[in-house]
Amino acid sequence: MSAPPPTGARALFLRLRSGDEVARLITLAFASSILLVTVGLVYQLWVTSSLPRHKFGFGFLTSSMWNPVTGQFGALPFIYGTVFTSAIALFISVPLGVGAAIFLAELAPPRISSTFTFFIELLAAVPSVIFGVLAIFTLVPLMRDYVEPFLKKTLGGLPIFSGPVFGFGYLTAGVILAIMTLPFVISISREALLEVPTEQREAALALGATRWESTWQAVVPYARLGIFGSIFLGLARALGETMAVTMVIGNDPSIHASLFAPGYTIAAIIANEFSEATGDLYLQSLVELGLVLFLLTIVINALARLLIIATTRRGSAQP
Amino acid sequence: MTLRNRWRKTLSYVMLSLTGVCALVAVCILFLMLGYLVYNGWRSVDWDFFTKLPKSPGETGGGMANAIVGSFQIILLATVIGLPVGFMAGIYLSEFGGKTFAFLVRYMADLLNGVPSIVIGIFAYAVIVIPMHVNSALAGGFALAVMLVPITARSTEQFMSSVPQTLREGALALGASKWKTIATVVVPAAYRGIATGMILGVARIAGETAPLLFTSGNNAYMSSGFTQPTASLPVMIFLRATAPYEDWHRQAWAAGMVLLLLVLLANIAARLILSRGIAVQK
Amino acid sequence: MNDITMGAANLPSASSAAGKPVGQQGKLKAVNLNFYYGAYQALHGITLDVPANRITALIGPSGCGKSTFLRTLNRICETIRNIRMEGEILLDDENVMNVDVTLLRRRVGMVFQKSNPFPKSIFDNVAYGLKVNGFRGRLAEAVEKSLKRAALWEEVKDKLHKSAYALSGGQQQRLCIARALAVDPEVLLLDEPCSALDPIATAKIEDLLFTLKDQCTIVIVTHNMQQAARVADRTGFFLLGKLIEYNTTEIIFKTPTKQETEDYITGRFG
Repeated sequence: MSAPPPTGARALFLRLRSGDEVARLITLAFASSILLVTVGLVYQLWVTSSLPRHKFGFGFLTSSMWNPVTGQFGALPFIYGTVFTSAIALFISVPLGVGAAIFLAELAPPRISSTFTFFIELLAAVPSVIFGVLAIFTLVPLMRDYVEPFLKKTLGGLPIFSGPVFGFGYLTAGVILAIMTLPFVISISREALLEVPTEQREAALALGATRWESTWQAVVPYARLGIFGSIFLGLARALGETMAVTMVIGNDPSIHASLFAPGYTIAAIIANEFSEATGDLYLQSLVELGLVLFLLTIVINALARLLIIATTRRGSAQP
Repeated sequence: MTLRNRWRKTLSYVMLSLTGVCALVAVCILFLMLGYLVYNGWRSVDWDFFTKLPKSPGETGGGMANAIVGSFQIILLATVIGLPVGFMAGIYLSEFGGKTFAFLVRYMADLLNGVPSIVIGIFAYAVIVIPMHVNSALAGGFALAVMLVPITARSTEQFMSSVPQTLREGALALGASKWKTIATVVVPAAYRGIATGMILGVARIAGETAPLLFTSGNNAYMSSGFTQPTASLPVMIFLRATAPYEDWHRQAWAAGMVLLLLVLLANIAARLILSRGIAVQK
Repeated sequence: MNDITMGAANLPSASSAAGKPVGQQGKLKAVNLNFYYGAYQALHGITLDVPANRITALIGPSGCGKSTFLRTLNRICETIRNIRMEGEILLDDENVMNVDVTLLRRRVGMVFQKSNPFPKSIFDNVAYGLKVNGFRGRLAEAVEKSLKRAALWEEVKDKLHKSAYALSGGQQQRLCIARALAVDPEVLLLDEPCSALDPIATAKIEDLLFTLKDQCTIVIVTHNMQQAARVADRTGFFLLGKLIEYNTTEIIFKTPTKQETEDYITGRFG
């Protein structure tokens, strides 16, 4: 009756001629570059940190000695500083951010909600170094002359509020980090709250709950996955923040308990010392710090994304 | 009304007002920052700022012409490499992607997006600065391009995917080949979103400092090519602000104001383009 | 003229690939077509002859496979992944799988259920098919001719460069018809073209189909039985992926031979 469709080489030739296959191959090549870069990145980080990895092994992560002169390098002060400042940042930005998100999602009329959100999201676009400039010249004096002495006077008994006050240190870095993570917490929490069906709120109200009770006990729990996701995202951002923190952390590679003390974060020491590092061990130790930071942010980011995906897919309703 | 009820009502009122305060604080931060920057930077921005080279430490005056030109060089390099690569990758993900490979690429793109920019700087250092034995605009541009590609790819993919399938079928049914359909129907339909994504991406890398610190480094003078250390606005701001000279602080304010205004303008422009209608209009 | 019933031997067409035999059977044929979405079989052994220059309607309840079948005729089904086709589809006795698919679609045009004009001007919409297929003549004339064939010219001639989205739903659908007609297809497939339109717009399109069938073979899928009764010369009734009965419209609606057909016609289910 009629010829069967062409197979094999002739089919391939027909496909190539149409240009579609060519287009697919070209765009595929560009897409592969993303894979290539990522693999290359991990490879370079691994290879360029081989010296300290072989010399210190896992001790690198537990040693708190950082001495370029004697060739002793340990990551602990920086891991501590990174985690400590990020914790401070979340401590401030989560209540503030979730509170603002509740207002924007539940209470504010739509016009105000979208205008406020517009400005808050603009905050996310501000470069880190700008935050740093503001932090150095306005936040540090503020902390040094007012906030920290006040805290020390009232709560100075606790070790976390003890010691001399410089202005530069963990607390100041934490505060500027809080400001930088705030837009992310607000924006994602707000979206999670907006997705909560009105029936949830209405059910609580119909049982006689106050507006606050229905919000806090019905709406917010329903959206908790997305809110947690926003917190993790904020955390991931805080861990990797470099410039603003570098400018106010105080550059002290040791571990202190007090909020007022100067310290160091992984990103900050790389920023400060990478160009000056003499000798391979020194440089590669900094690279290994970068590897640690890389792994840390990968894990936190993955958790954040899982939570946010879980929200959108399951509508965040959980037993 | 019982005492308990009155307490609950008061609590409700107080808590809800607090949330309003939180939102107000969040918004005020932006305006306070902007205000402070403008207040401190405005007086320091003059014609010299844009045209003169920086003076030696301790001397007053001078400008940041080399940083402005240098930033321009580095960003140009980054966009010339990063935008086309990201755009094409985004088209692959949206129009051609096979299930597993596309998933892998998307995952890696999101991974790269989450990597701290200083680590990307380390990567660029290892790949370009070490073999070349010198800091260069090339290395800095490469680092920024590595950041720009996943941003552009994901946003291009997002907007291409949002074009309804029926538009593609309409073109295919007329005898257009797949690539022609993409080029003449799908991309034009999504161009607003794609352009917005690109502008936002470039605005984001324009403000990045960390990846440039040890890739393009700094230069007291105008750099005469892409293979030399190059000054850039963000790096200059960092160096000036952390130095002990009062006049340099003044310049840091000025440069900070300029940078922030540029970044914010780009962001606002991008959002306006997007809000004017998602492409399904002429 | 012979009546076509399911299963009868296919008479070979006497025409060459370029000819358009008037009134003869077999312009577009399906032979024992099976169609699968993954593991799910959507079409079972469809054998169907579409006569040239006639309107053939395909009716049946939702999900019966009539749209799926229509979309195999111009191979637009291939945009979905994981599909499989067995059997043959012949255009003028040539297997459509042997023909370059973009050429096939120039000869077999399609109008979709919901109008889908491009985000371009009215003019550019109609001209799109011409440009993409390398038309070398006078574009403006060809566009005007198409719009006239689609009975839309008078309404849009003063605003050809306005956006297509400025038109009403019915006008947009006629625009899509004009767009499809611009490349001068031999066959026009319409997938429930009036389902989103009001009765007046529907009537306009049905009138249009009558004027078109002289130059074109028309296959229309519709869930509106009255529409099939009004416009079609031949009607095929689909149910659960099978072609239950295929005959002249008069026989299908007045004296159907299968019980299922009668049940559907009389509204026992639908």
